[in-house]
Order: sequence, then structure tokens, then C-alpha cells
Amino acid sequence: MLADKDRIFTNLYGFQPWNLSAAKLRGDWADTKDLLSVGPDAIIDAIKASGLRGRGGAGFPTGMKWSFMPKTPNPERPSYLVVNADESEPGSCKDREIIRHDPHKLIEGALIAGFAMRARAAFIYIRGEYIAEAKVLMAAVQEAYAAGLIGRNACGTGYDFDVVVHRGGGAYICGEETAMIESLEGKKGQPRLKPPFPAGAGLYGNPTTVNNVESVAVVPTILRRSPEWFAAIGRPKNEGTKLFQISGHVNRPCVVEEAMSIPFRQLIDEHCGGIRGGWDNLLAVIPGGSSVPLVPAHQIMDCPMDFDALRELKSGLGTAAIIVMDKSTDIVRAIARLSYFYKHESCGQCTPCREGTGWMWRVMERLVTGDAEAHEIDMLLEVTTQVEGHTICALGDAAAWPIQGLIRHFRPEIEARIAKRKGFVAMPNLAVAAE
Amino acid sequence: MTDYRDFTWTDANKAEADRIIALYPPGRQASAIMPLLWLAQYQMRDETGIAWLPVPVIEYVAAQIGMPYIRAYEVASFYTMYNLKPVGRYHVQLCGTTPCLLRGSDEIMKACKDKGLKKGATTADGLFTLTEVECLGACANAPMVQINDDNYEDLTYDSMTGILDMLARGETPKVGSQIGRTASCPEGGPTTLTEMA
Repeated sequence: MLADKDRIFTNLYGFQPWNLSAAKLRGDWADTKDLLSVGPDAIIDAIKASGLRGRGGAGFPTGMKWSFMPKTPNPERPSYLVVNADESEPGSCKDREIIRHDPHKLIEGALIAGFAMRARAAFIYIRGEYIAEAKVLMAAVQEAYAAGLIGRNACGTGYDFDVVVHRGGGAYICGEETAMIESLEGKKGQPRLKPPFPAGAGLYGNPTTVNNVESVAVVPTILRRSPEWFAAIGRPKNEGTKLFQISGHVNRPCVVEEAMSIPFRQLIDEHCGGIRGGWDNLLAVIPGGSSVPLVPAHQIMDCPMDFDALRELKSGLGTAAIIVMDKSTDIVRAIARLSYFYKHESCGQCTPCREGTGWMWRVMERLVTGDAEAHEIDMLLEVTTQVEGHTICALGDAAAWPIQGLIRHFRPEIEARIAKRKGFVAMPNLAVAAE
Repeated sequence: MTDYRDFTWTDANKAEADRIIALYPPGRQASAIMPLLWLAQYQMRDETGIAWLPVPVIEYVAAQIGMPYIRAYEVASFYTMYNLKPVGRYHVQLCGTTPCLLRGSDEIMKACKDKGLKKGATTADGLFTLTEVECLGACANAPMVQINDDNYEDLTYDSMTGILDMLARGETPKVGSQIGRTASCPEGGPTTLTEMA
């Protein structure tokens, strides 16, 4: 178990106030000027050395991402940092805790990250449904401005850096980085084709890097404690601490910061009071938010919770949003509900996703009741592969993977429902014949 | 205000609108469309009791930043939180996505229906609109609903019924976890950083 002294988010549950004076007592904004004094390249090198991988789902190395930004920005094309606070992946609820209880970690992180990538400003795009959270974040930004921590001559460094909080309007797709940029520009949130990548042409056509809230908020602590400290936690290439969000059928669902690579069983036993009904009652787990394939109980029980171990199980760590399902779960319905989610959230731009998500959902609904033919399972699987990889953004993939995971691990369950339904259809006829 | 054609910012909101527009770089005032639509929807709620955006209001907002109406309408219709039709005084947005489903959102839906709410409709007295929405990002506190600006979490059939009863009587229910949890802390107390609690 991660020692308390190694936890970054010391006000995760909001037992202490979020405001600047309380944040300073927790160590935020302490000598930020000194952290910046080493210069942008040294900060990027430190983040590279820490092994930090993006916490928004893809796990791309954060330091490397920053290094793609221009080293000598053109004053007419200022660079931007966009902080992705559009946390909408079903199961994910960690950025919310950072924003409402530890907003100054995020704002200080934005300043340091922005400085490292030589950005002029940060736009924090927060999902529209986080209403109370946005109020806290906006108030915290005002505090930071008033204290001279951001804005002109931020922290007395001579560097000018603005932070703008921008509220979304309830569209999951805006969590995709180019859709977020479109939305920030005042348009519908429809993803752009890449290339050009945002580091070349992003917000307003200028160099832009989009980072997840957690990736940004851990940066000040990594610099203060040292990259080596961060890199010593977790398995190689999966370093650091991570906010895990456990929902579903555990005794005590919660958000908790733990070491990367913590075994699933230990995480659940120590923080969630075990699986509802005991470990023998575990059916399956979606380990990284709704878009990653589910993993059956026997495979996940002793799996280290990190990027690489879960990829070996043909799933993923994603945002570390762990959705636990016990044996009372209607597993087909649970996945069908996710299919509905993706149908609802498809932006409608690419045909395979716009049409495919609706088609897949309708078939999934029939599989829930068994109102289907056995060969339709393979047809559905075939359609998921026609959607996957054939769209501009990853929403098509995200809609396909849960269904693929279901069929991979629970095909007998689906087949049994179809057979059972056929049996029920036949029985009344028998009864009629008997009379 | 019965005819929304005379919608104009209040003095306070005029100042707020100017502040918002100035947040974005020169020539990029289109970026302000989303925050301005929010501002207008809140003003509508303050003035009429109903948070929504009729066409003349969208036209007014678009004109403030020199944006063609159709582009503003495109934005207003793309994002689900802008209400293009009137909603009740209390807009009950019930999360039905899988993490809430697993924790019993069916029961919460039943509580709403038993109180006379209907999915996708407003009650005859104009008090409640019920919408099933997609994941609201409070999964460790499932099941949950958002009513206007507030979250109600860790719900049961009974606590949901109680919240609707209180709202109908004009009372203010306790916001957040309905079982006394602090945010997403494990029920019964934290397993980490206990000296902070």
C-alpha cells in the first residue's frame, strides 16, 4: 500500500478547504518560481525521467508530448495548453475530486506545464455537468490571479501566463482532443482529421497540447519530490501514483490514490471492503472506463493495475475507472447500456460510427432478451470490426471494444439466452397442441 | 417577460458578457458562444423560472459576437445541456449509464415514475421534467441524479422519493451524498490520509 507521505492528492475528499491559504498549507505554490527557474527544457527532461504517462486514457508519455511543442514560438502564433477536464468516460470521477477539492494543484500544474511548453495561456475545458466544480475552479483561478501567481509576471518570474476556465455543454465527444479544440473555438465538437496534430496546428491553428487534469496536477509534486521518487513507484514503464475510481459491486465504492501496478485484489480489499458477496461472487470487471473491454473474474483478480498488464489481458487501464460486476449482473444488459451511451454520444460526422453505433445498440438490445438468431453474434462481431479503425476519432473503437469483450468472454451466456427464448416461444404451442 | 423578443442582458450580465468575451484572443470572440449561451440560459431561469433558450434569445446572443444565427443554433443544438424546449422548474437528470445501472438506477427511475414524473416529459404543474442522461461523472457515488445545479448521490428509492417530496413542497433537500459520505471517500471513513479527516 502506498504510504500516506507519498500521496500527491492530500485533500482528495475535501476534508480541508480548497482555497489558496489551505492549499499553501498543503504545500502548493511553495517556491514555484524556483521550480520554473531551471528553464523549460529541464522541466520537460524531469517529467520524462519521472516516467509519467498521460492519465486521460491513452498513456502517452507526458514529457515527450510536451517536447513536440515549438522551442521558439512565433509571437503571432502563440502556443496553448488545453487542460482536458471533460471527464465523461463512464466510470471516471477522479478529475472531479481534483477540481473541487484541490484546484490549486491543477492551476499550479498548468502554469508549470505551460511554461515548459512555452505556452501563452491555458484553457481548462470542464464538462458542463460539473457545475459546482466549475464554480470552485473559477474562484480558485481568481485567487491565483489576485495573488500574482498567474497572469502578468506569474510568480514574479517575468513570464506572462493566463488561465481561462471554459465550460462544456454535455457532449462526451469533446473529451477527444481535436473535438475539444473545435468546441473551444465556438463550434460543434466534431473531431478533426490528424495530421496536422495539435502540436503543429491546434487551437486557432496555433501549436497546442491537450493534457488530462491528473497529468497536469501531479507535475508540481513530481518536480518538488524529484522524478526519481515518482519513478520508484509502480512497475517499470508504469510509474507513479494513480487515482483509481472504483464503482459498481464493491462494498464501499470510492476514489483513492494508490501506487500504479497495485494488484486488483489488494486495491479492492484495502479500500473498498471487498467484492459484494465475497470474491467468489465476482463476475467481471471493466478496468479502465467504459470503452475498454471487460475482463472476467479469474483473469483480473491478481492482475497488477497498470497500462501494460491490462493490455496483456486485451483490455486497458484507460482512466483507471474500475467498474466491478458481481454475479447478480445482467452482463449483456450492462454492455448494451454502454452501446446506447455510444450511440447517444456519436457526433454524427463519420458514417461507420453514426450508423454503426445505432445498429450495434439495436442488436445488443435484442441479445439482452435473446430475441435473435445465433449467427447474429458473429454478424455483430463482424460489424464491430467494420466500425473499429474506420472513423476519424476513437469513439468508433470505444463503441466496438466493449461488445468485442462481451462476445469474447460471454458468448455462451448470449447463446443460452437465444436458446432459452426459442424454448419459451415453442412451449405455448405445445400447450395448445395438448389441449 | 412573455415575448422573448425583448430579451436583453441585465446590467450585471452585460458586464459578465463583456468580461467573458475579453477572455479570448482578439478576433476569436466566437469562442465565447458557449459561455454566453450559458449566461443567457441562467438569465432565462432567473427571469422566467424556466432554464431554456428560445430562438430570439439565441439570436440575441449570436448578435452580441457578430455570429450568424445558424452557427449559434448549431452549437446550441449540438450540446445537450442547452434546452431548446422549456423544462420544468426542477429538471431531474437521472444518470442511467452502466455504473449507475449496476448500483440500482432502475429503482431511482421507479421512484420518479411513482411520483408522477415521466421520462422525457414535464409534469402538468410545470414542476418537474425527467430526463435520462448519460454518465454524469459521479460513478463512485452511484446512483445519482442532477437536479438543476445540484447533485444528489448514493440514492435509494426512499431517498429519491424524499427529495422529490421536499422539492414539491418548496423545501431544499441536502445536496450530495444521501448516506452521509464525504464526497467519494469510502463509506465509514477514509482508508488513507486519516489524519487529514
